[in-house]
Amino acid sequence: MTDMNALQTRMETSTSGADFSSSVMTIEIGPAHPAMHGIVRFTTHLDGELIIGMDPEIGYLHRGFEKESENSKWIQVIPYTDRLNYVSPLLCNIGYSMAVEKLYGIEAPRRAEFTRVIMGEISRITDHLTCLGAAAMEIGAFTFFLWFIKAREYLWELVEAMTGARLTTNWTRFGGNAMDLPDGFLHDLEDRLSKLEGIMEECDKLLTRNKIFIDRVKDIGAISKEDALSYGFSGPMLRACGIPYDVRRADPYSVYDELDFEIPVGSTGDCFDRFLVRMEEIRQSTSIIKQAADKMPEGPFMTDERMLHYPDKKDVYGNIEGLIDHFKMVMEGHSPPAGEIYMPTEGGNGEIGFYLVSDGSGDPVRVRLRPPCFNFVQAMPLITVGHYVADIVPIFGSINMIGGELDR
Amino acid sequence: MDFLLEIIMTPAVLACIKIAVIILLFAMPLGTVLTLMERKWSAMIQDRVGPNRANIGNFTGNGVLHLAADGLKSIFKEDTIPKGANGFLYLIAPFFGLIAAVATFAIIPIAGPIGDFTFQVTDVNPGLLFIFAITSLNVYGAVLAGTSSNSKFALLGGTRASAQMISYEVFMGIALMGIFMVYGTTRVSGIVNGQNEYWFGNLIPMWGIFTQPLGFILFFTALVAETKRAPFDAPEGESEIVAGYFLEYSGMRWSAFMLAEYVSLVGVAALMTTLFFGGYHVPWLHLWESAPQWLVTVLQIFKFTFFTVIFCWFQIQLRWTVPKFRFDQTMGLGWKKLLPLSLVNIIITALVVLALA
Repeated sequence: MTDMNALQTRMETSTSGADFSSSVMTIEIGPAHPAMHGIVRFTTHLDGELIIGMDPEIGYLHRGFEKESENSKWIQVIPYTDRLNYVSPLLCNIGYSMAVEKLYGIEAPRRAEFTRVIMGEISRITDHLTCLGAAAMEIGAFTFFLWFIKAREYLWELVEAMTGARLTTNWTRFGGNAMDLPDGFLHDLEDRLSKLEGIMEECDKLLTRNKIFIDRVKDIGAISKEDALSYGFSGPMLRACGIPYDVRRADPYSVYDELDFEIPVGSTGDCFDRFLVRMEEIRQSTSIIKQAADKMPEGPFMTDERMLHYPDKKDVYGNIEGLIDHFKMVMEGHSPPAGEIYMPTEGGNGEIGFYLVSDGSGDPVRVRLRPPCFNFVQAMPLITVGHYVADIVPIFGSINMIGGELDR
Repeated sequence: MDFLLEIIMTPAVLACIKIAVIILLFAMPLGTVLTLMERKWSAMIQDRVGPNRANIGNFTGNGVLHLAADGLKSIFKEDTIPKGANGFLYLIAPFFGLIAAVATFAIIPIAGPIGDFTFQVTDVNPGLLFIFAITSLNVYGAVLAGTSSNSKFALLGGTRASAQMISYEVFMGIALMGIFMVYGTTRVSGIVNGQNEYWFGNLIPMWGIFTQPLGFILFFTALVAETKRAPFDAPEGESEIVAGYFLEYSGMRWSAFMLAEYVSLVGVAALMTTLFFGGYHVPWLHLWESAPQWLVTVLQIFKFTFFTVIFCWFQIQLRWTVPKFRFDQTMGLGWKKLLPLSLVNIIITALVVLALA
């Protein structure tokens, strides 16, 4: 839309101090600003209302997750992963546990895997609902936001029924889950999903073909396939550009290869495509959950391998192996074999990858998280320059930056 | 007693009393109640409960006390002046908008005249031109607030406000030109009385909405944009420029902006009723010839208030249904679509009026 080179020159002359009569205005958007729903700062250079330069600054929510993990036992990291992505904590739980399982070289029982798929997809839906709702709210569709939050509430009640908490779920373990499905869960699930579908239909009618909404998001914040790849995009942001990359299909983990779902892709990679991709992913996730609920096998929800969980009390008091296992679990904790692995999983925003290094003792040597939105925030200058200041809102909303996983 | 009555009946005093009654008993209460009603109505739209917590003992009145709570809160809040602000302009800016909003009611009749006594503060000759003059004053509030606050967000908001209001002013006048042609006057009383006539015997009242359907939509859009309400609230731009031109205000001055918004919301509704829905005239009431005068007046006030509330509701419904325009889209809509449409409206109206004459 605008000549980028001219903007670049304009930007350089005005910030180099050569042009004192410059009309470039620098405003700080964030760290505390209504559109910045994580904490992040964008130093934005404006020519009138046109954005000619932008510097993102991250780190306002840095909590030292990775360093903290090195000073913990392996199992103690799970509660920290709740706090990484605070709109889909279960996906981070699952990602981390599957990474440690990969390090061990074990698999959770099938029932645990199907439950994980259900809970993970519920979390993906809550993630998308929050993202779309918040993005729409910021361009004025407040009603849409609250309807989506209502739908999210139905799902979070399911999460609460399963894990006992809405945010601090702390639900997965190495080789299974902390709890099995509660009574009547699958019946509730069906009921909630049909309510969700109703709300989705209503919201679709309200917003998707709304002229004002389309004007606000169409051709805004577009990014080409090449740029998206070179910035390391993943998840809905990448799929909106037209690249059907989804870790659930590209590198199937858990039981996703037994389930039937489609990967929605966009074409232009603008905010509207991202909106549509996320809307469709909610529907796909709903279908995944239904399939998984139908196929739910009977069986244990936690592995019975030794040294992955506390032995039963009757073994602790009844035989020597049980007693020793118990002693070692308490004193050393989980001790995955020495080695290093990278385990990617598909989070709400994109690829959540855990890179783990173990030296065989009970303490992690390195726990590294590959957060999806780091790359998105890095690309913010690329996709905002040349747009108006009001366009920061839909662009940033569609990025769905989550401070917890970005700053770690 | 006679002496007192004589003083009261002098035009100047009478006008003051009317101002007090119309503003204090109609505009301000409705505007204030709307601040609560907007929250309640939006809550209904969004499946929420809405405000219901303010209480005295066990009495909450389903949220009515929030009106008092809000008022008290803004009175007792500190009235801050940001560092580097232009003190005088900063302090007077909030009241431009409020005065402009309230002044709209000066020419709106809320019931038919009884003898010499009119339920209208003044029936000025220029009539609606007065409205245009007054609503233009509105822009000063936003611009002064934006420029004197010493804040970049406020400056952006003030700039947006001035550009938007100046451009919508242009076709607001043009959109209303059709009404002037149809009823042959700019006087409000003339327009209202013109709408009391009927087509096809006594079948359809000649309301502005029927004679000027396009003009109705255009003028309504212009007025909503003029009052800077959603979907035209780019000057406020709560998500990108935080609160726009009144970002730095606090306490009662901030409330003045809010109150101005709601009073002008009522003003818009009252204007739409007056110009397009027959004003205070109750349709087909003239068929009941023996109706007592007091009953007619009561019915007229009721009808006027009813339509005003309907229009208030409509504006609130609009705000909570559609997203906002971006600033340049607002301008584009005004200049590229609504202005040509209003010109077309003038031409069509002129041709029809000529043909029927």
